[in-house]
Parts: sequence; structure tokens; C-alpha cells
Amino acid sequence: MAETGRLRATTVPRIPGNPVLLLRIAIIAALLVIWEAVAASGLLYRDVVPSLLAIGQALVKLLSNAEYYWNLGVTAGEVGTSLFIGGLSGLVVGLILGGSRLLAKAYEPYLYYLGPTPKIIFFPIMIMWFGVGSGSKIAMGAISCFFPIALSAAAGIRQIAPILIRVGRSFRANPWQMAVKIYLPAMRLPIINGVRLGLGVAIIGTLLAETKLSNRGVGFLIIQAYSLFDMPRMYAMLIVLFILAVGANALVGWIGNLDPSAGKRA
Amino acid sequence: MSAQAAASSTRIAARTLPATLGFGTVVLLLVAIELLIRAGVINRYIVPMPTQIAGALWRIIAEEGVWDRFLLTFMEALTAGTMITVVGVLVGMLLYRFELWRRATETWIAALASAPTVLLYPLFLVIFGRSAWTIIMMGFVSGLPPVILKTIEGLATTRRVLVNVGRSFNLSGTQLFSKILFPAALPTIFVGVRLGLIFTLINVVGVEFLINFGGLGQLINDLAERYDLPGTYAAILFVILVSVCFFIFIERIERWLRPAA
Repeated sequence: MAETGRLRATTVPRIPGNPVLLLRIAIIAALLVIWEAVAASGLLYRDVVPSLLAIGQALVKLLSNAEYYWNLGVTAGEVGTSLFIGGLSGLVVGLILGGSRLLAKAYEPYLYYLGPTPKIIFFPIMIMWFGVGSGSKIAMGAISCFFPIALSAAAGIRQIAPILIRVGRSFRANPWQMAVKIYLPAMRLPIINGVRLGLGVAIIGTLLAETKLSNRGVGFLIIQAYSLFDMPRMYAMLIVLFILAVGANALVGWIGNLDPSAGKRA
Repeated sequence: MSAQAAASSTRIAARTLPATLGFGTVVLLLVAIELLIRAGVINRYIVPMPTQIAGALWRIIAEEGVWDRFLLTFMEALTAGTMITVVGVLVGMLLYRFELWRRATETWIAALASAPTVLLYPLFLVIFGRSAWTIIMMGFVSGLPPVILKTIEGLATTRRVLVNVGRSFNLSGTQLFSKILFPAALPTIFVGVRLGLIFTLINVVGVEFLINFGGLGQLINDLAERYDLPGTYAAILFVILVSVCFFIFIERIERWLRPAA
């Protein structure tokens, strides 16, 4: 048996290096080659698939443009404000609903079913309420992120181990101490998860609103590039935007995975 | 007997109390808004009265061809939904079969699931033009990742004992897949299809609104541009009602499938 095992180990063809990494590199290389071939073939309407060189040049131009950073700052400010407003109100509503079985049964179905509806359709109302400036974009982001954060917070408060609540009560903790010392630390993961989901939809809500009606922000720049048919610039902006969005998502996830008690234990 | 009747009526009251409270709050809120608008506290040129919205709901159904628009949106969502189901399940099955490809691409697909793909709509506008295909393809791209991921998960988490039973019956690879793996994975696959369909519907209606083309999404845009306030609110309400009915429907199907696991 031992012999067979040894024989197998030597006869199975081994790919040198990390096969997963090699395959990934091969897939990316194949995609880039196909892209460049399509760009050079002229099969599609001109500039729909620009050459990689043109996209690279547009990317460099974009990243060295001060105006782009100003617009990025506008969008980041809108997303941040919307996450603060929508997140805080979502957290409060989630805590209230999660803390009462009656209120949860009465109101949570509304949140649960309204949550996945397309929020962008509220944009005309938001324009009427908050104007065509940043207000309506912040409102769109806030509406978008309110639902996942409220539902996560409500679910989070329900999954707290009853023993933790009993410990808090046996120490005669007041409501503020209960919230700060028991509830919030025990709900850290569901809240971070909710913020992660909320951040994603807040970015989408804000940017879509910017593409629909705005004169500033990254969404506006993307739709402007579309109007001017400046495809390399549009691709460059979409690439940067996707990297930033996925990066922000990963950052929130990483913060959520940090163990706050690790330092104390060490 | 009377004690039993009292106990059962208490139980019924306890069961219906939350729903009554929820619905009652919504009704109270609407009455309060109506009164505040009539009193001039809320500007009626920004927020129309709920009674006006209810009236406009019947008007848009009768005059704005809501049924045709609904059918158009439904067909777009159905086409995209069929595409995500067929392509997603197929890709998921292939990635389950070829382990190396799965390990190489699964994190990419997961990243795609959380990426704001709807922002690609200007790009799709350029490729497919201002047509139903832009809307369908946006729905397809946004709904595909969850179907792939859940198909892989469903196949990979099939209970070992089921696979062993199949092997003990000497089933061939194809038989093992069609008789054991796929039926066992079906409930999980449907979770992916349900998530995918939700993303698809959101994006179909959203892109219709954004590019001002198609069915229900375009109706909202049209009415807002005409500054038909009660009509805009009514159309939004209609889309929400349709979406909620759709979510409840697919959730019921998922529950129906689950005991099969």
C-alpha cells in the first residue's frame, strides 16, 4: 500500500507553482487578448471596444486630472452623508424592532418587502422634496441603505445570547450601559454586515441619481462621457469606480473581521 | 365552554394584533398626511393627497396602458430571468465539475455579486442601443452571480451519505448527477435563482426608468416629466405593489421546494 502511495505521488503530473494563480493569469491574459483582437478587428461599431492602449491612456489622464478628484470628493461626500443618515436611522429602527416582538411582527414585514424594491424610482419624489442638487442624491443613498441596515440590526439584536442580557441586568446596568456594553458589542458582526450591504446600495443609489440628473459627481462624469461618446474615458471611470466600490466593501468587511478583544488577550 | 371560547378569541386577537397594528399605523399615517395637506402644513404641490393618489391609481391603470407596460416589463424580466437561470446553473455545474476553475474564479464571481454592476448601463446603452436588450442584459448581468454561487454551494454541500448511497448502487457519473446531486442541490439553487430574480427585477425597472424606455419604469419617468404629481406617486406605488407581489410569489415557491431537500 505504501508503495502504491509513493508511486501515485510520483506519477501524478504536477504543475509547477500555484495552479490557481496560473489559471487566473491565463484567464486575464486571454480576456485581454480577445479584447484587443475585437478592438482591432472593427467588428463592433468604432470605439465601442477601444484598444487597451487608449483605455490605459485615458486612465492615466483621468487619474492626473484635478477636476476628477473634485467630483470624486463630491460623490464620496454624498455617499458618506447618506450612509450616516440612512445608517443611523436604520440602526435606531432596527434596535426598536429587534427589541420588541410585537413591533417586529407589526412593522418588519413592511421593511422586509420594501427593502428589495427598486429605489431609483423614488428619485422624482426626492427631486421634488430636496431639489436637484446634492440633497436628492443624499436622500437616494439614505433610502437605499436604510433597509439593509435596519433589517440587519433587528436580526442582530435577536441573536444576542440571552445569558449576556441576564449578566447585564444582574449587574443592574442602566439602558445606556446595556446598549453600549451589551447590545452593541454583541451585535458588531450583523451591524458591520448591514453597513457593508448598506454602503454598496448607497453607492449605487447616489451614483444612479447622479447619472439621471446632476451637474457634478462621478455619476455625472460617466453619463457626460457617454453623451460625448468618449468611450476610453468612460471605461477608465468605470474601472476606477469598480475598484473603489469593491475596495470600500472589502475594507468594511476587514474592519468587521478585526477582533477587538485580540489586543486585550495578548 | 365559555372559558375555551374566551381563550380561543384571545389567541386570535394575539395573532391578529401585530398585523392590525401595522396596517392601522399605515392608515393613520395616510390620514394624518391627508389632513396636514388639507390644512396647508404640507405643500400640496410637493406631496399630493393620498385620496388624489388613490384616484390617480385608477386613472393610470385606465389611461396610461399600465397592463401593456406591465407585460413589457414582465417579458423583459422573464427573458433575463430565464437567461440567468439557464446560464447560471450551467456555469455553476461546470465550475463544480472543474475544481481548479472553480477555485480560480469563485472569488471573482463573489466580487462581481457585490460590485455596482448597474452603473455599467451607459456602456450597455452604447453596445445595445436604447432598446429592450440593454434592459434585459443589465438584468442578466446583475442577476447572474448569485445563481452561479448558489448552484456551486448546493452541489458542493450535498450530504455525503446521499452520494455514497448512489455509489453503492453503482450509478454512473451522469446518473449520480441527475438522480442525487442535482435534486439535492435544487432548493439551494432556487435560493440563488430567487436572489437573482430580485436583482434582475430591480435592475430591469431601474434601467427602464433611467434610460426612459420600456414598461413600468418609463411610466414613472413620463409622469414625473409631465409633472403629474398624483400620477407619479401612483405609478411608484403600483411598481412597489407589483414588486412585493413578485417577491411573495417566489418566496412561496422557495418554501414549497424546501421540504424536498
